[in-house]
Parts: sequence; C-alpha cells; structure tokens
Amino acid sequence: MNAQHLQPTGSAYFISKETEFMESRTLSVLVDNEPGVLARVIGLFSGRGYNIDSLTVSETEHEKHLSRITIATRGTPHVLEQIRHQLERIVPVHRVVDLSVVAKERGQDRALERELALVKVQGKGEDRVEALRLADAFRASVIDANTEHFIFEITGRVSKIEQFIAIMKPLGLVEVCRTGVAAMNRGAEGM
Amino acid sequence: MSNGMADGDDNQMTGAEIVVRALRDNGVEHVFGYPGGAVLPIYDELFQQEEVEHILVRHEQGAGHAAEGYARSTGKTGVMLVTSGPGATNAVTPLQDALMDSIPLVCITGQVPTTLIGSDAFQECDTVGITRPCTKHNWLVKDVNELAATIHEAFHVASTGRPGPVVVDIPKDIQFATGTYVSPQTAPRTSYQPKMQGDLERIKEAVKLMAGAKRPVLYTGGGVINSGTEACHLLRELVELTGFPITSTLMGLGAYPASGDNWLGMLGMHGSYEANLAMHGCDVMVCLGARFDDRITGRLDAFSPNSRKIHVDIDPSSINKNVRADIPIIGDIGRVLEDMVRLWRATVKADKKAIAPWWKEIDSWRARDSFAYRPSDDVIMPQYAVQRLHALTKDRDVYITTEVGQHQMWAAQHFGFEEPNRWMTSGGLGTMGYGLPAALGVQIAHPDALVIDIAGDASVLMTIQEMSAAVQHNAPIKIFILNNQYMGMVRQWQQLLHGNRLSHSYTEALPDFVKLAEAYGGHGIRCEKPGDLDDAINEMIEVKKPVIFDCRVANLANCFPMIPSGKAHNEMLLPDEATDEVVATAIDAKGRELV
Repeated sequence: MNAQHLQPTGSAYFISKETEFMESRTLSVLVDNEPGVLARVIGLFSGRGYNIDSLTVSETEHEKHLSRITIATRGTPHVLEQIRHQLERIVPVHRVVDLSVVAKERGQDRALERELALVKVQGKGEDRVEALRLADAFRASVIDANTEHFIFEITGRVSKIEQFIAIMKPLGLVEVCRTGVAAMNRGAEGM
Repeated sequence: MSNGMADGDDNQMTGAEIVVRALRDNGVEHVFGYPGGAVLPIYDELFQQEEVEHILVRHEQGAGHAAEGYARSTGKTGVMLVTSGPGATNAVTPLQDALMDSIPLVCITGQVPTTLIGSDAFQECDTVGITRPCTKHNWLVKDVNELAATIHEAFHVASTGRPGPVVVDIPKDIQFATGTYVSPQTAPRTSYQPKMQGDLERIKEAVKLMAGAKRPVLYTGGGVINSGTEACHLLRELVELTGFPITSTLMGLGAYPASGDNWLGMLGMHGSYEANLAMHGCDVMVCLGARFDDRITGRLDAFSPNSRKIHVDIDPSSINKNVRADIPIIGDIGRVLEDMVRLWRATVKADKKAIAPWWKEIDSWRARDSFAYRPSDDVIMPQYAVQRLHALTKDRDVYITTEVGQHQMWAAQHFGFEEPNRWMTSGGLGTMGYGLPAALGVQIAHPDALVIDIAGDASVLMTIQEMSAAVQHNAPIKIFILNNQYMGMVRQWQQLLHGNRLSHSYTEALPDFVKLAEAYGGHGIRCEKPGDLDDAINEMIEVKKPVIFDCRVANLANCFPMIPSGKAHNEMLLPDEATDEVVATAIDAKGRELV
C-alpha cells in the first residue's frame, strides 16, 4: 500500500467521468405561489450548475395558490435524477413530474409542447410579400402591421418557432419575443 | 407546547410579543443573539420575561455556532436572534455550516420596516435573498397576522425530515404592529412531507443481502445521531445481532461506542487503515445516514469496487448523488433500523462464523496501528495530548467540540466517543472558529458538564471574542489549544502539494494565550513538557471558569494516515511510510487541483 508506487489517478471530485449522453427533458413543477419560489428554483439550477433551456411560470390554480413551472433542461441521466430530487427538496414544491418519462411510460413518443412567439419583421416590396406568404404557410397570424412592418404571432413546437425565425431573418427580422415552453402529457390523467 | 389559547382574549399582541410567545410555545429555553436597531422591539420583550433566556454573544457568527452546539448536544432546535444587515450577513457562515451538517437551527433576523425595504435603508440587506441558498427554507414576514404561524412552521421545517437551518426575517414595523397569535398547529403545509417510514420490501431485500454477506461493513453518519438516541440504540443492537464491523464518518462518531468490539474507527481521508480497507474490500456496504462525501470516498471510480450498496437516508437527493446505491431506502434511520432489526431477528439464522475470515483480515489491518505516532519525552506530541485529555476526562460527563484542521482530525482519531451528541464539529463546511462558540452553546445546555473545545491556535483566533461571552454567562468552557504556531493542515497540504513552500501558514505574532485568558477574566494555563501534561489537564478540569489551555505541541507533526487527493481507499499514506520524499510526491498533477 505504498502511495509512491501508484499510477497517477483521477480526482477525488470526479463523479466517475460522465460518459453518459446528455438528454433533453421537460419537467413540470407544481409549487405554492409565494414570494421567492421562482428564485429558489432558479437558484438551485445556477447554484448546482444545471442547465435551463427554457423556463415558463404562471399561476394555474388561483384558489389553491398553485403555480406551474415548466423547465426544459439537459443533462446526463444521473444529473437529471439529481435535478428532480433537488427540486423536490424545496419546501414549497408539491410535485415534480418528468413529462418525458411519463410520456414513455404511457407509450407515447413525447409530451405535448407548445411555445408562442411574437416576431417583428420590417420590409418593403418583394421581401414583405414573401414574409406574409411564409407566415401564412406557418399559420402565423398578423397582429400588428403598417406599410413597413408586420408583427406575427406564431404558436407551435420549439422546432417550428425556430424554423420560422430563421426564415424571417433575411426578410427583415427586427426582434423576437418568446414565451418559453408550455407542456403537458397527452391523455385524460393530470400530472 | 401550549394549546387552546389561540381563541382566548389574550391572543392579540404585538409582533415582538408574538415572537417571544412563539419561541416559548416551541419549547425554547435559550436564545443566542446580539441586539441591533431592527430587533429592539423583540429585545424589549425578552427583557420583560424570564422563560426564554438570552445569551449575549460577541459576534453573530458566535451566536450561530453556539446555537449549533446547543442543538447538536441536546437534539433540540437551536435558536439565534440577530439584527438586520450586518447581523444577518454575519449569520451566513453558521447557517451554511448547519445546512451542510444537517443541524436544526432557527435564525430570527430583524429587518428594516416594510416601507423602507428596497430603499437601501440603513442596515438593510436582502436577507432572504442572501440566505436562500444557505437555509433549508426562509421567510420574510410582511403581515403580523402570519407571524406566529410562520415561526411555528419554521420550527417544524428546521427540526423534521433532514434537519437544517431556517431564517425568519421580521421587519421592524411588523414587530410593533398588533396581530393575532395562534398556537403551534400540527397541520404542516401540504408540499412538505418528509418520508419517515422506509419501504418494507426494500428493507427485506436489504436484510437478505446483509444475511448473505461474506465481507460486510456498516458505514454510518450524522443521520443516525440526528435520528435520535433510539436510533443509536438500534444501531448497536444491529451490530450485536449481525456481528458486522462498523465505521463512521466524522459526523457520526459516538453513535456506536469507540470501545465496542466491532468498531473500526473513523473512515475517510484521515480515517483508520482498517476502516478504509474494509470499505474498499467489502462485498456488502450498509450506509446509514451518511452521504458519500468526497472526504469519505476518495477517488470515486475506485471506491469500493466490488460491493453491493444499501443506502438509507431521509433525503432522497442524497441517494445516487455521488455513489450509486443498489438498494436505496428513503426514510428515517431510526424507523428503518427498527424494521431491519425486527426482520433480522425473525428471518436470519445467526451465523457469525460466515464472516470470521473477514474479521481475520480486518484484524491484520488493525495490527498496522495506523493512528500510531512516534512518542517523545521532550515535546508534547499532539496525538499524545488528545490521548491524555481523553484518559483524564472519560469518566466525566464530557462534551467535545473542535475547530477545523489537524487538531480536529487528531481529536476524531484519538478521543474515543462512547455516546452520541457528545461530539460537536464542523464537518461539511469545515468552519475554523466553530469550536469555541459551539462549546459555549453546549455549556449553556449542560451547565454541569465538562465542555472542552479541542482547538488549534489559528482556528481559535477566529472567534476568540466569545471568551468574553463565556465569562459573562459563567460558562466554564475549556479551550484546549494544540498550539503548533502553524495553520497545521494548510502547512501539511503545502508540503504535499506545493514543494514545502509554506506560504502564509505560519503565524508570526500569536498572542500570549495565558495572558489573553486572564484579560478576558478566565484562567490561563501553558504546558510545554509531556511530563507536566497530566497535572495541567487536571488543573484545567478543576478550575470553575473558562480556561484557555495553551498546549505547546510538536510544531511540525502531520496528520496521518491520509488518503491523498485523487487516490482510492487502498492507497492510503501510512504514518511510518510518510517520509518527506513520499509526502512531496504523493499527489499527482491532477489531484493537485482538488481541495
């Protein structure tokens, strides 16, 4: 047991070199709607170095003062398990549901996910006509316009929104505002 | 707890009255604190009653550690009371300390009036914001009618589940306002429901695995002590029934007696050879209320490679955090142990012979005597000082606290703890300056006990001002300083990692600790020769006031055995192998990045 004969080793802090693949997950978190609850959730993610791809929050059951936070995150299965348990530890958190896991359990491909975006496009002539034509194809609606701009409202899956924004870019995209993902599982049961 | 008063006529009172009443109704007898502008109404109420005794400290950090020592030595919730702004920020260190070591602590902070919050008022800080990551939960009370229920909830959250610190921030206008007092209710919020009872099927599975083990080891932690004395009894019963060897983390010392036959000593970075090799070579590991901390596991990918692991913890996030458990059991240790012991009795035919070869192997490791050191007649070896301290105090009602560093490890290695709640130390956070105020808290809880802070000369100076508090409150704590004039553990790491360049780890101008003790109104003792040590320790025990004992020890002694950073349990550096050359090369480039 003589330490000097040993080969260089790894680190005491390694969580055995994460070789697992990163996965994307969507979590629904039911919380008491009280001051600071969002800060607790966000602080947990920043403090422990977890990823947040998207976060949406709003009160969903007014009488019970419950809010539903939807978090899109990424991590290895090990980290994702930790995220869930750490969230459950927060005192005002009622439930944490990994929508992706529930979808798999129910034999579904994935949870329903929707995002809304407002997309402002400025332009004249051919570009303007093209923007309107594409918006129509994406089922985006015009909610504000004058002769030099449109504001489109578009709803859909994240990939659709991103595609729409990418297409609008060369046509005079000015600014974008997105809500983040709202999500729930298919079927009659609640979370 | 009083009940039924809630609807009486006397339930209208000021916020400050509510605070004191709520403390009383939650069984609080002692509060550690420091007054200031934003808590004056509460202090005024404390002045006018006698049920809750206030212990005035000299710095808010001291209040926190004293409350931690109080909590750890009694099993009750510690309470601290501090003012806004700097009072609250000074409380941050003990709050984080209590969070990492799972100590139940309620911290009441004053806040500027609600009308001034956010205006950068005098002594304003965002207390709930600052303390959010270092508490289990915290509250800012903005309505006096919610104050009582909030304080009751604070005690509930702090003391149940995995215990921890909480903060209740009370603006000054709320302390003056009149509102309704409600009694403690047993209707906790629905979102907070710690799971106490372990899954019986899992426990059955665990007992089955344990029964078939050839090379088992019990690895226990502070969770057993937090669970209560009953859990410690059950643990001892389980060891008796199974005949398994048992080791413990720093925080778990005393749950199983150090004089017990199956005791392997503490495990981890400065743990015993036999404990660490038993962890490395076991086939079944039973982890009870411990969290696979990096000080325990060493290099993770080489940690106990051939064992199946049972992990019992009340906190689900502890499970699979660092080490994957084969049988995870979520629940209170005491309850799970109850089931385990019952199932073992009912289903397992005791055959301790099956693990006899394992014990034989363990005995061969024990024979290495890994805590050994080279004795000296000329200078006091620090290990010797701790051993003598133990020998001369073990038949007394003794409580030990420590600071952080080499002396802490020597205390853990050489002071045998027979009972739980007798050992108060800063494990997770490693807070230098913890021990002196913690000793104060312990002494307040146990006025007739012998309370000793085994200290280092560097650590003790971080909170030395609490000597003044100890003198004021007639708390005859004993500060036993293993004085080597260095930050010993820092120096040891500089020798291991940084080519023996001792950057700022030598304290050039230490105070004269004897005079310092006298200046505070305590008693000072200095001892420099091994031959004088016993008499000096006896003098310390006999003096009925706070004592600073300046024990001059071998300056360059280092703490072994040691698992160097980035190494596995079976790569320990033993004291007789730790030559200067080995020490200088023990940690490779990768391990150097670690702490």
